[in-house]
Order: sequence, then C-alpha cells, then structure tokens
Amino acid sequence: MQGLNSIVGPIVRTSFLIMLVGGLLYPLAVTGIAQAIMPDRADGSLIYNEKNEVIGSELIGQSFTSPEYFHGRVSSIEYDGAGSGSNNYAPSNQEMIDRTKDSVEAWKAANPSTPINEVPIDLVTNSGSGLDPHISPEAAFAQVGRISELTGIDQQALRDLVEKHTEGKELGLFGEERVNVLKLNLDLMELL
Amino acid sequence: MFTTILSIIITLLAAALLAKPMGIYLAKAFDYHVTSLDKVYGPIENVFYKMGGIKKENQSWKQYALSLVLANAFMIVLVYLIFRLQGILPLNPSGIAGMDPALAFNTAISFMTNTNLQHYSGESGLSYFSQMIGILFMMFAAPGTALAVAIAFVRGLSGKTIGNFYVDLIRAITRVLLPISFATAIIFIALGVPQTLEPTITAQTIDGAEQSIARGPVGSFLSIKELGNNGGGFFGVNSAHPFENPNALSNFIQILLMLLLPTAMPFTYGRMAGNAKQGRILFVSMAMIFVVFLGITLTHEFQGNPDLNAMGVQHDQGSMEGKEVRFGTGQSALYSVVTTASETGAVNTMHDTMTPIGGMLVLSNMLLNTVFGGVGAGFINVIMYAMIAVFLSGLMVGRTPEFLGKKIEGKEMKLIAVTMLMHPLLILGASSIALFSPLGTDAISNSGFHGISQVVYEYTSSAANNGSGFEGLGDATPFWNISTGIVMYLGRFFGLVTMLAVAGSLAAKKLVPETVGTFRTDTSLFGTILIGTIFIVGALTFFPTLVLGPVAEYLTMQAGGI
Repeated sequence: MQGLNSIVGPIVRTSFLIMLVGGLLYPLAVTGIAQAIMPDRADGSLIYNEKNEVIGSELIGQSFTSPEYFHGRVSSIEYDGAGSGSNNYAPSNQEMIDRTKDSVEAWKAANPSTPINEVPIDLVTNSGSGLDPHISPEAAFAQVGRISELTGIDQQALRDLVEKHTEGKELGLFGEERVNVLKLNLDLMELL
Repeated sequence: MFTTILSIIITLLAAALLAKPMGIYLAKAFDYHVTSLDKVYGPIENVFYKMGGIKKENQSWKQYALSLVLANAFMIVLVYLIFRLQGILPLNPSGIAGMDPALAFNTAISFMTNTNLQHYSGESGLSYFSQMIGILFMMFAAPGTALAVAIAFVRGLSGKTIGNFYVDLIRAITRVLLPISFATAIIFIALGVPQTLEPTITAQTIDGAEQSIARGPVGSFLSIKELGNNGGGFFGVNSAHPFENPNALSNFIQILLMLLLPTAMPFTYGRMAGNAKQGRILFVSMAMIFVVFLGITLTHEFQGNPDLNAMGVQHDQGSMEGKEVRFGTGQSALYSVVTTASETGAVNTMHDTMTPIGGMLVLSNMLLNTVFGGVGAGFINVIMYAMIAVFLSGLMVGRTPEFLGKKIEGKEMKLIAVTMLMHPLLILGASSIALFSPLGTDAISNSGFHGISQVVYEYTSSAANNGSGFEGLGDATPFWNISTGIVMYLGRFFGLVTMLAVAGSLAAKKLVPETVGTFRTDTSLFGTILIGTIFIVGALTFFPTLVLGPVAEYLTMQAGGI
C-alpha cells in the first residue's frame, strides 16, 4: 500500500498544483495587472461614440455595404465577431475561383471609372480570420473614384484621407502598409 | 519586397542569437548541483515539492517513463471531465454547454500531447473555466513534460543519472515556462491582445447593424501557446484573429517564442554532454533544412494563384486568399514554416489556402518531424536521426557505431527502428483507412488531389503533435475525433518511452576510448550525412503520397485545368 501511495500521491497532487498555478493564478495575475495598467487594450481596443456606446473595436473589421463607404475584404462570415473563420478554399477550388470572378465583375459594375488592373488582389480575396480590419493603401485608393462620384467629395480630399490613415510597416520593417477601414470610414462620415 | 526579405532575415537572426544563451540557461536550470538559480527559485519550488508530495530521489528510466505516462494519463482524465461538465461549472458567462464525449476525448488528448488539434471553435465551444483550468493547465503541463523528458534523455546519453520526473516538471514550469509566459503576456496585451473576463460585447456599427465581438483572457493564453509549442488558438482562427495577433510586432514576438526552446535544445545538449561542437552541428544542420524549406515556400506564395492572377487584378502581393493584410505574404509564409518546423501548430494564415507547393513544404516539416521539432520531443527525434546516421556510416565502413563514446548495438537500433517506423505507420495507415471509408472522405471540402492533402495533413499534424490543419476538412465527427485522438496519443508517448529506453540502455554502458578510427560526430561531414539521412528516410517514405496530393495539384493548375 505504501508503494502505491508513493506513486499515486505525486501524480494527483502535482496535477492539481499545476492546475492551480498555471490554470488559475497565472491568468488571474495577468488579468489583474493588465486591467490595472492598460484597461483599454485589455478590454479589446473598443471604439465609443459621443454617447459612450460601443461602435466597434479598432482591431476587428466591420462589414460596409453602402457604396459611399470604403469597403473591406471579402468575409465569408460577414465580419461576425462572435466567431471567426473563412472557407479554407484550396487554390484549385472552383467555388473560390467563381467567387473571385463574381467579385471582379461586381467591381467593374460598381466602379466604371477605375479599371480592374488598378485593384490589388487583397480586395477580392477572403481574409483568413474573416475579421481583417485592414486593406492595402492601393485598395483604398482604388475606391476613391467611386466614392467621389457618389458623394461629391473632392478626389484629392479622399486621397488625403487615405494617406492620413495609412499605417506604415512596424518599425519601418515588419509586416505591410495598411489602412484601417473602420477608422477611415469614421473620418469619411465627418465629410459626408 | 526588399524590406520584406530583410525583415525575415532579421527575425531569423534574432531567433538564432537567442538560441545559445537560452540553451545554456536550460542546462543550468535543470542542473541538480547547487546553482545561482536556486536562490531565486529554490524557496518557491520547495513549497511546490511539499504540496506535490514530491521526493527528490533519482529514478531509473523505467520509473521516469512510468511517472510521465501515468501523470499525463491522470491529467487527461481530469480535463476530459472538465470539458464534459463545463455547462454546470463556474466562469461560463456565455452559457456554453458540455462537450460531447468523442470531442472531449479528442481535445483532452490533443492538449496533453502538445498537439492542440482543435475540432471545436474556441469562441463557442469552451467556457472561460475550460479555457483556463483545462486548456491553460495542459499548455503548461504538456511542454513541461516534454522538456523534462528531453533533459532526462540527454542526462542518460551523457552517462549521468536520469533524474526525477516531478522535480524536472516543476522546474520546467517555474524556471522556464511561467516567467517567460508572464513577461510576454504583458507585452502582447500592450500590443493590443485582450485580457478580460468580461463576456462577448455587442457594438452598434456605423453602417447601422449590430456586431458581436468575442474576447476573453487571451494574452495569458497566447504567450504559453507559442512558448510551449502548444499552438491551440483561443479563437477559432488562431493567430490570424486580429485579437490573437494584432500587428507585425506581435507576430515577430510569436515567431521568436515558437523557436526559442526548440532551437535552444541543441546547445543545452552540447553543454550537458560536454560536446558543444556537436550541439552546434545539430543546430546548423536543422537550420539549413529550415532555410531551404522557407525559401521554396516564399517563392511559391509570392507567385500566387495563376487562376486568380489571370483575372487582371494587381497581384504582386502574392497569394492573399486566407491571409491577413497586416502580415502580407512574407510574414504569413514565414509563420507557417516556423509553426510546422517547431511543431507549434499556431497559424496566422489558413494553410489549406496556401499554394500547392507552399502547402507541401509546411506538410514536409511535419513529415520529417525533425527540423528542430517541438519542445523536447523534437530534439529527441533529432538525436534519433543522428543515431541512424551514425549507424549507416558505421555499416558503410564496417565498424560498430558509437555515439558520445557509447557503442550503439542491436538492442538500441531495434528501439530506434520501431520509433522511426511509428511515425509513417501512423500517418499512412490512418490516412489510407480514412481515404477508403466514406467516414473519412465525406469530410473532404476541397475535391480532387487537394482532398488527399487534406486527409494526410490532418494525420501528419496529429502524429507529429503539431496541431495545425487544412481546416476545410470537416473533422468534427466521432470518426475523426477518435482516430486522430489515437494517432496523437501514440505519436507522443510511444517515442518518448522508447527513446528513454535507449538513453537508459546507453547510460549503463562503458565508455569506449576514442581512437583515430572513431567516426567523429561533431564535424560538418557528420552534419552532411545527418541531413542526407533525414532526406533519404523522409523521401523514401513519403514521396509517393506527396506526388498524389500537392504535386499533382500543382501540375494540373500549371497546365491550366482542374
């Protein structure tokens, strides 16, 4: 019996110990510190309006369908942030090729003034998360013609707006240049 | 393009610079002699030993192996029960129900084996209680176990006593996993990763709709996920989710964390076995395979998809389907090669959407299972291949092979041979069963050659304890839950136990004095033979499968027809 105890004892007690330290104390300590020193980040970088209502998160993309707004990337989940995901289409998948063709045709119909060869590929492909908050600066510039025609806002003013919202590579080195579509549209709203 | 390549080189240089100091730190952390680290960690560890009922006595390799298998089995049962009962347990603000038995079986094994294959979606499948007490607990226990075993393995190889499993496990957590996770979690949160116990929030969008936004204690989860080569995502899409990887800096730190322990192990080994040169040779050999794989993957991902490029859009961004704009093709391709080389399984791009050859290379990392490999377990594989290389060289010149001054004989070679065969047996055996049965083929979402890749990828990821997937596969069925559960379990524990047996057997042998005739294992010649061995074994075993899947898909796409 002594032998069995000496085997089972450490197994059970060490398991619960790691559970307590790694599974409970550690995340609670991190939560405590994060909530104390950077609550905005810890709560999800939320954006509020004047009435202090949450209108989104600067990190999570939103669906924009009205043609007067800048549009984000294709999202099979319609930017539903309760979940995340995409179709996981293989490069040879016919549905993906058809979907992209449809996007290209839709672009041509909605943007007669901007030829398709000025449209970068990120605008007609589905992001991995389905929540991508960004498009490339080129993808934003390509939409300037349409928005200007529909809203009457001067093209140059729109281009300046895109440039103002273009975030560079991190430390000038890592990742890609990008434009946050939600923040861009929030500023666009001011001009409307 | 130039800055992209430069940023990749700088990332890899940073990882390489961290490897040696970390390796030496690990050697010190697990040294049973009194070291300066005891002053820092000793007092808290003594409390833990007392609470855990741990006696600091040396174990034989058999006792060590028994302890690790039984302790991990107990943890699996414990977490299985938590998943089943999460509906009535606390910390469940979103009211998530208990998991079904097959999925709970799969998920508990998945996290205990350091695989983190996920057949559920984090946002809707797990309560905060399960995410913390269940998943986070195992994210410490699993890499802790693997690190402990690797250290015991190296002790055996270098003729020392094996050590005590519980002491090593506690030290892995107190001296390595916990402090680094804690510090990087805070950095991640500063970069935008949420850390809250508040539930999903609803936003009123300016386009006039409502948007639900899931969040949670992600920061503390993320750091141990990467550092421990766990890889399971808090959210369904893992590190492609903007909350789980908000920008290229968080991406950079995640890559460093994934590589930290796997690249450190050769140096730890060099220090502990008193042969720093051999450790360096192992590191360089693995790094060379890594760089070649990365180069090919980058080339293909930047070429993009010919069918989409033909539609007239600007395509110098490369293949952007399934990728995020903030990372672009460069950082996505890098991340996917790192996550499969280190057997982490975290993803920042959907691997299913990668170009055929890009996808083949990340798959190959897991098929070889030795390009650094996961924490602990990966290094044990590297040594296994090194012993096979020594054995082959010995056969060629007609001498008894030696490793670290110990003769490798029939008994060890038999153990090594079954260990080596287990990996392809699990992958190819399970894949053929799945491809023969509608239970398996019904899950395929991308028909044609890519469907074969989806099935093979799933079992390779399970056997190599990676955890990433060609996620289009509809794998949330009892067939997939149970079959991958078994593959993950055997892929993990079979090799750990057999290789501990090899170490135990070598530890008991007498040292053979080195002569001019000894085949040296710390030269670049040996490094070359090692790489050759890995490729010959890997190619002979898996090449036919790769031809049927990704190569055939690539060729048909180039020919312009599907």
